Amino acid sequence: MGILEVKGVNKRFGGLQALGDVNLSVEENIVHAIIGPNGAGKSTLLNCLVGKLIPDTGSVTFDGQSVLGRTPYEINQMGISRVFQTPEIFGDLTVFENMVIPAFAKRDGSFRMHAIESVAAEKDICMKAEQMLVEVNMQDKIQMHAASLSRGDKRRLEMAMCLLQEPRLLLLDEPTAGMARADTNNTIDLLKEIKEQRDITICIIEHDMHVVFSLADRITVLAQGTPLVEDSPENIRGNPKVREAYLGEAA
Amino acid sequence: MDAFFLQILNGLDKGSAYALIALGLTLIFGTLGVVNFAHGALFMLGAFCAVTLQRLLSLSFETIDETKTDFLGNPLKVKTPYVEGWFGPEIGGSIIDWAVPLSILIAIPFMIGVGYVMERGLIKHFYKRPHADQILVTFGLAIVLQEVIKYFFGANPIQTPPPDALLGVVNIGAPLGLELAYPIWRMVYFLFAVGIIGGVFSFLQFTTFGMVVRAGMADRETVGLLGIDIDRRFTFMFGLAAGVAGLAGVMYGPINPPNYHMGMDFLVLSFVVVVVGGMGSLPGAVLAGFMLGILESFASTTWATTTIPGINQIIIYLVAIIVLLTRPRGLMGRKGVMED
Amino acid sequence: MGLNKSDMTLLIVVAILALGAPFILNPFPVDSGMAQFNAGYPDLMQRFVIFGILAIGFNILFGLTGYLSFGHAAFLGVGSYAAVWMFKLLSYNVLPAIALSVVVAGLFSVLIGYVSLRRSGIYFSILTLAFAQMSFALAYSVLSNPKFNLTNGETGLQVYAGDPQIFHREGLPDVPHLFGIAMRDNFLELKMGGWEFTFNNGYYLCAIIMLVVFYLAIRLFRSPFGLMLRAVKSNQNRLNYTGLNPKPYTLAAFIISGMYAGLAGGLLASMDPLAGAERMQWTASGEIVLMTILGGAGTLIGPVLGAGFIKYFENIFSKINDNVLHQWFAFMPDGMEDFMVFIVHPFVGKGWHLTLGILFMLVVTFLPGGLVEGGQRIANLFRNRGKKKGDDDSYKPDPEHHPKETPHVAE
Repeated sequence: MGILEVKGVNKRFGGLQALGDVNLSVEENIVHAIIGPNGAGKSTLLNCLVGKLIPDTGSVTFDGQSVLGRTPYEINQMGISRVFQTPEIFGDLTVFENMVIPAFAKRDGSFRMHAIESVAAEKDICMKAEQMLVEVNMQDKIQMHAASLSRGDKRRLEMAMCLLQEPRLLLLDEPTAGMARADTNNTIDLLKEIKEQRDITICIIEHDMHVVFSLADRITVLAQGTPLVEDSPENIRGNPKVREAYLGEAA
Repeated sequence: MDAFFLQILNGLDKGSAYALIALGLTLIFGTLGVVNFAHGALFMLGAFCAVTLQRLLSLSFETIDETKTDFLGNPLKVKTPYVEGWFGPEIGGSIIDWAVPLSILIAIPFMIGVGYVMERGLIKHFYKRPHADQILVTFGLAIVLQEVIKYFFGANPIQTPPPDALLGVVNIGAPLGLELAYPIWRMVYFLFAVGIIGGVFSFLQFTTFGMVVRAGMADRETVGLLGIDIDRRFTFMFGLAAGVAGLAGVMYGPINPPNYHMGMDFLVLSFVVVVVGGMGSLPGAVLAGFMLGILESFASTTWATTTIPGINQIIIYLVAIIVLLTRPRGLMGRKGVMED
Repeated sequence: MGLNKSDMTLLIVVAILALGAPFILNPFPVDSGMAQFNAGYPDLMQRFVIFGILAIGFNILFGLTGYLSFGHAAFLGVGSYAAVWMFKLLSYNVLPAIALSVVVAGLFSVLIGYVSLRRSGIYFSILTLAFAQMSFALAYSVLSNPKFNLTNGETGLQVYAGDPQIFHREGLPDVPHLFGIAMRDNFLELKMGGWEFTFNNGYYLCAIIMLVVFYLAIRLFRSPFGLMLRAVKSNQNRLNYTGLNPKPYTLAAFIISGMYAGLAGGLLASMDPLAGAERMQWTASGEIVLMTILGGAGTLIGPVLGAGFIKYFENIFSKINDNVLHQWFAFMPDGMEDFMVFIVHPFVGKGWHLTLGILFMLVVTFLPGGLVEGGQRIANLFRNRGKKKGDDDSYKPDPEHHPKETPHVAE
């Protein structure tokens, strides 16, 4: 039994069957990649996992609990963090403030009204945020506006924000899309580090095969809204069906 | 039964005005993505086109009528409008009489011009700004336009009578055997509004230009990517919307004498209409406009106002709140318009 | 006091300005030609601080969360009505009146906020606008009929001799008072040379309350709650995926902001025991927005500055008539003088709203950060002078005093 279980999920948009009978099981503490050609339903599936979309039928459970019908913030509080394709950060706030927010969310839950004590007075929260920034090597940018960061740094910041919450499952939506080679490699290194240092399950949706094969322990290939095959990277590489559906056209 | 139909009829003229203003608001909103708080002011400007023309036509020169004397025995000064002097009393007189409908001829180029200047001079710079800024700057503009009109025309309502031929009341229920006395001008206004609405819709439906605009309303970015110069078309759309609002104002004068704050009064309600109809939906705007106009008319009956005092003043807001709570996208709103 | 150094300085500066206002705002001798620019009258000073409170509160909602309410005047009006009712029923003591106005406005904003905050962006603005207009209609006519007269319609709600005033005692003043201290009385009138300074009870009550709520606003700005509100404005999507629910945060901000407005309304009624529906009209709401934007939305001091600025110039501009203009331009040749008067005339006196509208457009277009941003730009200009070109990098926007543009009102 994996930490994330998707069973018989269907999702239609009008006449389009975006997801057809998707079954997926993500084992704990591995990197599980979901790949597939454009329009295969990867993003739809991801949105079903985080509460943005509700599947027409089927079930999605995280650690034995259903996530269906829950809002994104409730699902986050269950221990699932999400990194977006284009980094979603608080652009108007400083890097430090960006880090503080998830720390509060982790400690105080989805809403808590403390309007009198200043942020600076919350020593443990500030410490935690600073530590995390040191860990991702951004301590020199602590007072910068998040919007003025480079794209790579924004991605780094977003990941740090997610990691600070110590999620049990980290969802990554094409984390290297549109990145230069060097940035991509940096991201891969960062993810490898995360994987080695923490007890964390990572589910990654990716286009870039280089990224997938350097990280993934397990790969699910999605085509036309249904899982084609699920296997280890080595076997996926040699699978003729996958080649036909995806790698063939990409190569 | 007669009273029922009469209330519907009574709601039609206000409903027409709501529908026309809301139509323009939706056009601007759907194509340009701008919330125009100055749209009511455009309606008001239209009404003052009629006032201006009426005043211009009534400009008179004085002559001394030797045949008549006042009570002191002095020859009487007679004022003759220039128009009558030029075209003779007969034609000149009827030109003055038809001042309001004639104002349409002035209002069309004037309002389109105003719309053009507004879009190029001001709105253009706000496409990429937050909606709050758009609201605020157009709100400021509305105040300015309103105050300018107040400066030139004063604060009191100005009578703009319809032509004599269109004065009075007609029983339009006669063919159905009902007693439905209805002022002719209101009838004219309703038909005029229907004509404009039909015109705008067929323009959008049947011309290439209209097709591009509709595509733009559905998905602005994609149309931009097709290499179509959408900016120029949008400018035109703004002019069109301004024209529609202006014409609605021109013809409204005889129903309610124009004053400088009529725009603001209509604007708030028209926004409510747009929201009830569904942001970005043209048919929704028209439908909601007429619906709320008629509803308001029913709420103004003595029966309604004695049951719930003042219900006529708040009915539209109540309905809007209920609609928004039960159907957040409005009656005919599409998903995704101004939501993310 | 739990403030950092710069906030403490700010609070002290505001306190000095507010408490010394009778001096500071009357810099010109009474009989000099410049006396018309004095602003140290109790009535005007009261308006400065009361509208300051209103703008501080509005800023908590708009400046922090980016939700643009176009119906805030409704809370002001509700607060005023509540206060006058307290005068009618209990006594002229302002304390229960102010307390109730805050409570009632708070409850009212729970209702309006709960409904309006179901939508964001312009929908929210229009909903609040609709609510405010409805409240106006309710106050103006619906809730004022022989059967049920809550607002006294067009005349406005006021205290009549026949009202119960159950706690009214012999010896208490027959005007709003605080335990016997009449609000409209002056506790000190100083005449020094040509100068006159008036120290008014009502003004000082308002000023002290304003300082208290300003202090609370600073604390709120620096608190985790304030940070969350700024996060709502910046990126609601990320906030959601960070496990935080934006709804209660925005609703809380809305309610706090409504309570500030109610407080302002209660104070208005305490200074002049009259509540009218026109206080709730949407042009009044527009004025609140304008004060905040003009001063600088999202900054601490901006709204106070904006409120003072607008109320001051409203007062000055409305007083200027053609005679005054002729005096001003008297040094010019005759034709020139008349021409100048002709040019300026539409913008002064009754034309104040025209000036206001133009000012509004100019500020939104060129100075979205308001006076505070303007001040910063000027300061930077001086700071950068004498430095080498290309050295501009030294300019670092202070996150607090430099609100950034966001793509939507509230995404």
